[in-house]
Amino acid sequence: MQNISALNRSESWRSFWMATWLGWQIESNWTDPFLFAVYSIVKPLASAGILVVMYTVIAKGNFNTPIFPYIYFGNAFYIYVGAVMSGISWAVIDDREHYKTLKYMYIAPIHIPAYWLGRGVARFLTGSIAVVITIAFGALFLQVPLDLAKVDWPLFFVSLFTGIAMLAMMGLILASITLLIAHHFFLIGEAVAGALYLFSGAIFPLDVLPAWLRPVGFAIPITYWLELMRRSLVGNVAQAFPTLSHFSNLQLVGILVGLSVIFGIASTFIFRFCDYRARERGLIDRVSNY
Amino acid sequence: MVTEQTTLSNLAVEVENLERIYKIRGSKKEKNVRKELVALKDVSLQIKRGELFGLLGPNGAGKTTLIKILTTLLAPTSGWARVAGYDVVKEPGKVRTQINMVSGGESSGYGLLTVRENLWMFSQFYGLPSKEANQRIEALLKIVGLEDRIHTKSSDLSTGLRQKMNIVRGFLTDPQVLFLDEPTLGLDVGASRDVRHLIRNWLDQDRSRTLLLTTHYMVEADELCDRVAIINQGRVLACDTPSALKQQLQRDALFEISVGALNGLAVPTLERVPGVRKVASEESEEMTVLKFILDEDAALGGVINKLTESNVKIVRLDKHEPTLEDVFVSLVGRSMAEVEKEGSNGDGK
Ligand SMILES: Nc1ncnc2c1ncn2[C@@H]1O[C@H](COP(=O)(O)OP(=O)(O)OP(=O)(O)O)[C@@H](O)[C@H]1O
Ligand SMILES: [Mg+2]
Repeated sequence: MQNISALNRSESWRSFWMATWLGWQIESNWTDPFLFAVYSIVKPLASAGILVVMYTVIAKGNFNTPIFPYIYFGNAFYIYVGAVMSGISWAVIDDREHYKTLKYMYIAPIHIPAYWLGRGVARFLTGSIAVVITIAFGALFLQVPLDLAKVDWPLFFVSLFTGIAMLAMMGLILASITLLIAHHFFLIGEAVAGALYLFSGAIFPLDVLPAWLRPVGFAIPITYWLELMRRSLVGNVAQAFPTLSHFSNLQLVGILVGLSVIFGIASTFIFRFCDYRARERGLIDRVSNY
Repeated sequence: MVTEQTTLSNLAVEVENLERIYKIRGSKKEKNVRKELVALKDVSLQIKRGELFGLLGPNGAGKTTLIKILTTLLAPTSGWARVAGYDVVKEPGKVRTQINMVSGGESSGYGLLTVRENLWMFSQFYGLPSKEANQRIEALLKIVGLEDRIHTKSSDLSTGLRQKMNIVRGFLTDPQVLFLDEPTLGLDVGASRDVRHLIRNWLDQDRSRTLLLTTHYMVEADELCDRVAIINQGRVLACDTPSALKQQLQRDALFEISVGALNGLAVPTLERVPGVRKVASEESEEMTVLKFILDEDAALGGVINKLTESNVKIVRLDKHEPTLEDVFVSLVGRSMAEVEKEGSNGDGK
């Protein structure tokens, strides 16, 4: 028994690390480093810029309300949602349609979910760069209030870690579903990330939503995670909105951990189900004819 | 190391009453019409450890489907299969530690990685020590004549060279059972010979290794395989050593007659000539080749009479030793080329 679990562990590890290596090779495979810089720096700044312009128009240039840092941090950390979720689920499409290696990965003695998680690491790293750049830019040039001495670092790292784990579990769920769906849904990662953008309080508090839509926001762990990220960085500002203000930090962490565990367990079952269906229907080496 | 399985069973592959049905959705107009396609029907096979086993059959026979089931990529509709002692449905994880697979005729691989990186990465997924993996990569690339391309990005390789790289990937992890689906499809004569050479070498080095390959090249199956299963429309029609399969036809007289045009003479008419067992015809632009299986040489006279009666011009006449091609004709009633032609017409491709 002990032998087998040791074997499984090393199987998961090597799946994860080699997938990380592969993911990094793919992610950094830019023939032109200049394009890479544009992609990873200018893109997040551009999207933050659009948001700032919109805000300026609406708030008539008043940057001193709490809503501005609320939006700015929400948007910055939301970069992780797209990066991690679609980074992981994209591996399925990439391997199946582009490299035609999904079946060879599948028959290898690897742990598929660990492999997919590894494939997401590179996108997580480039995403982190984008997040840091966005926040630094905001603090330096846009008067986003950020005092590094006042940051609640333990809360920051606990929340960041839990949040990334939660996003990874959501990525696994998407990857599993991707096994079953056809190529033309290849943007599923981006699509889900885009849809959740409106419901997770990223750029406006849930209070703005009609009452009957708010439960959607409360069911999504991203909502609590973004709130925690804001509170850990700029404490008081983020509590200016009623939606989540009656929760203490600890309560929010509790909810986030709880929901992450639920998503983690769900991802295991969803993977098993999708894996079973994909083999039943012969979808693992299917290539769409485009 | 002697595993539990090697002592329990000397069978590398066991297949029992295997069936696979594909559900096909109709075209847009008839969306609700669900057709079923039986890709494998009641297939039973046993492959011993150490064997080089060939699946021989025309396009659409079900060869790839069988390989997919045995490599845990596809679930059977009914029946069961074991590979290296493990059930492919209940214990896919254990099966995967024992096998590897390569399909020919497709160019898979991470184009942005070099040949070495591609192969090394797969060896790492199988848990091979890195140094040993690199040595094996070099040795295997040398056998298939790809050693000077080791640092080439695999996207810069031609299709055939990429296929060689993939074949090396199959051997690299030293599986107990290796599945090769049409390994020489699309390779030139020299490359095919390299691959066949690699296959034989690998098996000779360790008699516990087993290899299952599919092909629709008769000669390849004949020369290479210890045993061959002839498969058509999802059924195994015969399974034996190539020589035993041919032996059954030894008493028959096999003739190949090349004629100009058939002038409306139908093949069934020829089959009604006394002493004629089977006739297969292969048409090319200028000529038609008729393959006869006769009960005895003496029946040839009747055939020639019939042909001259219908003003069919005989260009060439050969008597020959039985080949697997003749075995196929005697089992199916048509040559493999004919079956493939019908199949592609029927599909409307
Ligand atoms: N995913 C699928 N969905 C529906 N039908 C399928 C699918 N895969 C294969 N088939 C059908 O099942 C039959 C057997 O196919 P299979 O690929 O196993 O044949 P094969 O012997 O490998 O042929 P080939 O020599 O062309 O590779 C064919 O009629 C094929 O059209
Ligand atoms: Mg095939």
